Amino acid sequence: MINNIKKDFPLLNKKINNKQIVYLDNAATTQKPDAVIYAISDYYNKYNANVYRGIYKISEEATVEYELAHARVADFISCHKEEIIFTKNTTESINLLAYSFLNSTLLIGEINKNDNKKESKEDNKEENLFILNKGDEILLTEMEHHSNLVPWQQLAKKLGLKLRFMKIDKKGKFIIDKRLFTEKTRIVAVTHVSNVLGTINDVKKIVKLAHMQNALVVVDAAQSVPHMPVNVHELDCDFMAFSGHKMLASTGIGCLYGKKKLLEKMQPFMYGGGMIHLVDCENASWNNLPMKFEAGTPPIAEAISMTAAIDYLTKQGMKNIRRHEMELTTYALERLKKIKGLVIYGPDTAEERCGVISFNLKNIHPHDIATVLDKENIAIRAGNHCSQPLMNALQTNATCRVSFYLYNTFDDIDRLVKCLEKVKKIFS
Amino acid sequence: MDIYMEEIMDHYKNPRNKGKIKKADFTLADSNPLCGDELEISIKLEKDQQTVKEIKFTGKGCAISQASMSILSEYLIGKKLQQIIALKNEDLFRLLGNIQLSVMRVKCALLGLRAVQKAIVVYKIGK
Repeated sequence: MINNIKKDFPLLNKKINNKQIVYLDNAATTQKPDAVIYAISDYYNKYNANVYRGIYKISEEATVEYELAHARVADFISCHKEEIIFTKNTTESINLLAYSFLNSTLLIGEINKNDNKKESKEDNKEENLFILNKGDEILLTEMEHHSNLVPWQQLAKKLGLKLRFMKIDKKGKFIIDKRLFTEKTRIVAVTHVSNVLGTINDVKKIVKLAHMQNALVVVDAAQSVPHMPVNVHELDCDFMAFSGHKMLASTGIGCLYGKKKLLEKMQPFMYGGGMIHLVDCENASWNNLPMKFEAGTPPIAEAISMTAAIDYLTKQGMKNIRRHEMELTTYALERLKKIKGLVIYGPDTAEERCGVISFNLKNIHPHDIATVLDKENIAIRAGNHCSQPLMNALQTNATCRVSFYLYNTFDDIDRLVKCLEKVKKIFS
Repeated sequence: MDIYMEEIMDHYKNPRNKGKIKKADFTLADSNPLCGDELEISIKLEKDQQTVKEIKFTGKGCAISQASMSILSEYLIGKKLQQIIALKNEDLFRLLGNIQLSVMRVKCALLGLRAVQKAIVVYKIGK
């Protein structure tokens, strides 16, 4: 177990009505350690300047730190630093991708059609992967967060594509139906860990099946990268998106990982300063990776906070964090199961899931439960968790969700369980 | 005032005017998709076509949304449509006994009033 680290997080030590907060909404966002808060204020206090532009010391320092952040993230998930693009968050990362597909199809696809010259397919192999045709398919799952669903829905509408879905079983795992992977499948977008059920999905298997059909795999890793060791090289996925604020860093910083050979052939989504190489009145060429995808002044302080967050997580050790959360999850599942009338969604054991548990109390609306818990200064999430299709599949319209992080303790779970009993009394 | 005071819990557990009116003058379904609160309202008017004779609702959702609708339904009987459209948020909060509602819960409390007002507007346009 990771012990005694709440002291590093100022907000967790704040008391309301003489009660310390029990923060159990880590799947939504996480609290920040002193080290992260300090890194942000240090930048503004000592070397606030724009990056890549100024020929003066503080700008150089800011540039070095901003570039270092890419390298630290790259190390963290085992890739090269050119393969890390900074965005606002997971949502923007996925939108960036969806728009790149659209831009490639409109700009390159049309040129190819007009030129009518069939260059050898091998030369443009990567580029062609981004050119979509009417009737092509995008394969998703029923457990996607709206951020890994709606961008693809809209892309499908624009280009006449079809969406296909992998269903989920009763235990909250999706059923890998090989028949859904066909030569029509061009994009497979799946979540690594469900933000509602905590299910850890077999991404490796999905990648193998998708690559057999030359489809590209996009992984929503917002709920996995913060909580367990993730190695993109090993997973072999083509793209991965995650957010800084869910892993101790600031809001406003997210990442898109992409394989270098793909990013080089991908069309940019946002245009402007910083992302260009040469510009004349009619045309522009693109900068190197990752700048090609980072138009405009980037979130510098936020990127620097990412370095501090990764330093903190690495010091604790990602394996230890995963083990810590597994122990909390096992304990919580045991305690929650004993509450009469409480239904738990998702897999049975902590091996199959991250520290995310969705549940309902019979005949009590999740918002009422959350409101009573809030009075005891216990923060949980209640609602549909941006996953309406999954709520439909679970045949409910809302759930309560608790989600743990490295600073949570058994005591937090004891307070939760005690208060749930109180909720039952109020509503009995 | 506590959000789950006795009167709210009483209306939640024993909702008044629950059900559907078979020969309603108008009906409307509304929801807070983010919360999963749902309501369906049916209203029968007096012969003057201006006054609420009967109102019934069905729905599911949190205690606040359902109790609020129940309390509102009792208040609306005998009221003129014009009066109902003119009701402000504060009027509803007063009906609820001025319980303390957080920003997030205000929309639960207002779901019923919004639905009734929307239903009236749609009904009047249709006429």
